[in-house]
Parts: sequence; structure tokens; C-alpha cells
Amino acid sequence: MGVFWDSIKQAVELLFTGDAFVYEVMWMSLRVAGSATLLGMVVGIPIGTWLALKRFWGWGAAATVLNVGLMLPPVVVGLFVFLLLSRQGPLGPLGLLYSPTAMIIAEFFIAAPVIAAITMGGVASVPKDVRLQAMGLGASRRQSTWLVIREARVTLLAGIVAGFGAAISEVGAVMMVGGNISIGGHNLTGTMTTATMAKVRQGDYAMAMAFGLILLLLAFVITFLLTRTQQGIRRRWLQS
Amino acid sequence: MRVVEKMRAMRSDRNLWLAALLVLVIALAVALPTAGCGEEEETTTTAAQSSTTVAPETTTTAPQTTTTVAKSDLILASTTSTQDSGLFDVLIPAFSEAYPQYTVKVVAVGSGEALKLGETGDADVLLVHSPAAEEEFMANGYGVEREAVMYNDFIIVGPAEDPAKIKGMTDASDAFTAIAAAEALFFSRGDDSGTHNKEKAIWKEAGITPEGDWYQTTGQGMGETLTITDQKSGNTLADRGTYLSKKDTLSLEILVEGDKALFNQYHVITVAEATNPQGGTDFLNWIISAPAQELIGTFGIEEFGQPLFVPNAGQAE
Repeated sequence: MGVFWDSIKQAVELLFTGDAFVYEVMWMSLRVAGSATLLGMVVGIPIGTWLALKRFWGWGAAATVLNVGLMLPPVVVGLFVFLLLSRQGPLGPLGLLYSPTAMIIAEFFIAAPVIAAITMGGVASVPKDVRLQAMGLGASRRQSTWLVIREARVTLLAGIVAGFGAAISEVGAVMMVGGNISIGGHNLTGTMTTATMAKVRQGDYAMAMAFGLILLLLAFVITFLLTRTQQGIRRRWLQS
Repeated sequence: MRVVEKMRAMRSDRNLWLAALLVLVIALAVALPTAGCGEEEETTTTAAQSSTTVAPETTTTAPQTTTTVAKSDLILASTTSTQDSGLFDVLIPAFSEAYPQYTVKVVAVGSGEALKLGETGDADVLLVHSPAAEEEFMANGYGVEREAVMYNDFIIVGPAEDPAKIKGMTDASDAFTAIAAAEALFFSRGDDSGTHNKEKAIWKEAGITPEGDWYQTTGQGMGETLTITDQKSGNTLADRGTYLSKKDTLSLEILVEGDKALFNQYHVITVAEATNPQGGTDFLNWIISAPAQELIGTFGIEEFGQPLFVPNAGQAE
């Protein structure tokens, strides 16, 4: 019935028979993309909020840099991180190249701008009056900022998901700095995207398709949860 | 104040429209030339994957004066090591000159995938170096003709410190035995490529099943694997061509070479399910012809001071 259906069938079998390698690679992907997204939140949300609420000399330049970050070609990120961590590079002595840490660093630079830029948009779209009123009612500066972030939480959530999506679907950069290395059938630095590429190269379409299906499923589950959450928030908003 | 705000909103609206327009213009500018000029000279993209590279096409035909020949695509699936060596940059233009009716698209993948592309009919002709897998391919009826083209050789490279003390050995399987005994870091392509198959054959010859933390797999091409080996100060089996072309960026040294077991035979195979069977046959006949063989035999002398491949079409292997 052709290579397409065959590989899907075999992929489903691989998933249900609990092929150890598939799960190791999946776990590595989630771990790396998850860590990068978390770090991206820690850095991106404050920067985005700050840029949304403050106007200062050089604001335009800063906002432009952030938006360039949105279009940052991942391979370029990979190349920079690779040369930084290379043995001949400035951070070479740390010996981080071809480790999960190296991949987290690369994916951080991919996820953080996305989170920061969407945060900026979300926070900026909260009416100014909300903050002014809160401060008028005696809220401190910090409390009022927190309130504005809370108001923008639906957009923030979308930003975090977009950042995670960018990180987990990235191939070029993680291939360069991670190396897709395995030891005797056990995964060391392979992710679902790099393993998919490597498996296609070998003509092992079934295994490649298994990773493809997991990535699709993941996208579906996350989008579903996000949409549910957004609907929930909106409903509560209408009721109050 | 309200007016000012409205104006500001309008201005930002206009900016948005301008940005959208700009994107549209760029998209059109990219899309139009291929649609507009009518000729089949589209920028070559390959269906296989993003990393596949395409040999530059010669556009020698004068645009208006010559009658345009109906061009057909000819898909040549070959190995990353051949592509990385730069051989196609010489061969494909020469072939295009002899057979202007074909637009050659080179898909550079591992031998494993190249054979798979032949199996599914996604390639018309293959140039690969995985003898055992090739014979199986032919036995299964996926190929039509198979001819020897050339050979090159593999080398065992490693760091200058040479932890396994294999430098100067003349027997590849002895060297592998020493690497395993010393548990010196070894990177395997692990991608079912011709190089990987050769590596597996040598381990088999040595009677060793490599396993342990010292034996790591990259699943990537030769160039990437050499980079990883270099960065991690490990050993690997590489084809001489890729090693020489990357030598400047590597601190790896050739530790073992010259063993007969390290020779690497290339075959050209025409595909049974090809979309362009005539093109495949033309390519096969061309690459084993005297002019093409001479091109192969002189390739690399200028850049590396030594030929990278030895042509041996029609000779007993």
C-alpha cells in the first residue's frame, strides 16, 4: 500500500510497543524545549512587560531588536552557539558542546524573543486606565504591574506556547550544537526533530514517522489545552 | 486628544499595511521569476530534505537565440561524502554540456536513503558505495543496470595524542581492536551510509561488537561527524575526500591508511521504477565513458595535490 501508509502503520506500532529509543528521544526533546521555555519566560516576560509599560530614550531601537529576535533564523543561532562553545571558542573550556545544556542554550535564544515580543504586545494592549485606576486605589507600582500582567495572561499563555513550539520544532540549531549523538542504541543528545532527520537519512521512514506523529500529537494536545484555558478565562470574565 | 489618538492608531494601522505590502512584494519578487520566464530552469529544490544540496547548474545556453529544448528532470541520488568532496561540481556541468536535455538534481543523502529513494522511484539513477546493500537492491529487482565507476579510500583519523596507539598500523581491523581495547572515544556515523557499512564490516572483521560509552553514534553525515570527532578528540572512520576538504578546520590526523580493506568502490545504478529511465541510462553510460572517467581521475589534484578518486569503470574489481 505504499511507503506512506506503511510507515504510519509501523510508527503506530513503535509507539504502542513502547520502543525505548523513541521514548528516550521524546523525553530529551521535552526536557530541552521545556527548560529553554522556562528560561525564556524568566527573561522574556520581564523584558516584554518593561518594554510595554515604559517609554525611554532608545525604546524604538530596543523594540526593533526584540522584533528582529522573532525572525532570528534558528541556524544562525545554532552557528553562534556552536562557535561560542567550540573547543576553539571563548566558552570552549566549559566542554558544553554536544550536551543537552548546549541545546537548551540554543533553544533559549529561539524561545525567549518570541515570549518577550508576545508579552510586550499583550501587556501593551491592556488599557492604560486599568493601571492608573489601580494606582489611584492605592496599589503600589509593583502591585499595579502585576495586575496588568494578570490582565494579559491569555496572551502571555499564547506567547509561552509559541515559544515552546518554536523550541521543540527547531532542527538546525540543535543538530549543530547537540550533534544527535547516541550510545549503543541509547539516546544522548538526539531530539525528535534531529532524530527524524537522521532516520530519514537512513531510509528508516517508520521511526521518522513515529517522531513526526508524536510531534503532531503534542501540538494538538497543547493547542487543545491552551484553547480550553483561554475559553475558561473568557467565560469567567463574562460572568464576573 | 481623541483626534491625536485616532491619528496615531491610523498611522500604526498604515504601518501594518505597509509591512504586509512589503512581505507581499518580496513574496511576489521571489515567486515571479520562476513563473515568468517560462523555461524549465526553476531553482532546483529537492523533495527529500532541507540539508540536501544541489550542484550548481550551468546556464550556458544563450537566453533568446537558441530554441529551447524541452528539459526533463533527472534525479541523481548520491551520498553526502561524494557531495561534500565537490566532485559533482565538476561532473554535473560536464554531463549537462553533453546532455543539455536534462536538469540534473543531486540529492545527497546516506547510501541507505539513496537506495530507498531508488526503491520508491523517487530517484532515477544512483551513485552509491555500499556493495552488500547494492547487491540486495539488485537482487530485489529495484535496479536495472549496475556498473563500477571509481573507488576512493577510507582512513582512520584521531587526535595527535592517539590514545589507542594506532598510528602507523597497516591493518584496519587491528587498529579497531586497539581502539576497543583502549576504550578510546570512537564516533560512528550510524546512518546506514556506505561509510557506516564499511565501519561495521571492519568491526566484524575484528570480531568485536562495539559497545560502551566510548562508542557513540551521530546519525549524521561525514562532515558533521568529523567536526564532532574533532571537538571531542575522538577517532572515526572517514573517507579521504571529506577529510581533506575539511582538514583546515580540524586538528585530527590520519592515523591508519592504505589497507586494502579500506578501499571503497562506487557503483552507478539505474532505477527500475524511474520517472526518467532514459535519463538514468544516459547518465550511466556517460559516467563510465572515457571522458567522464578522465575527469574523475584528475579531480582533486589541483586543490589537494592528489586525486580523491581512482576511476575503474569496466575493470575487474
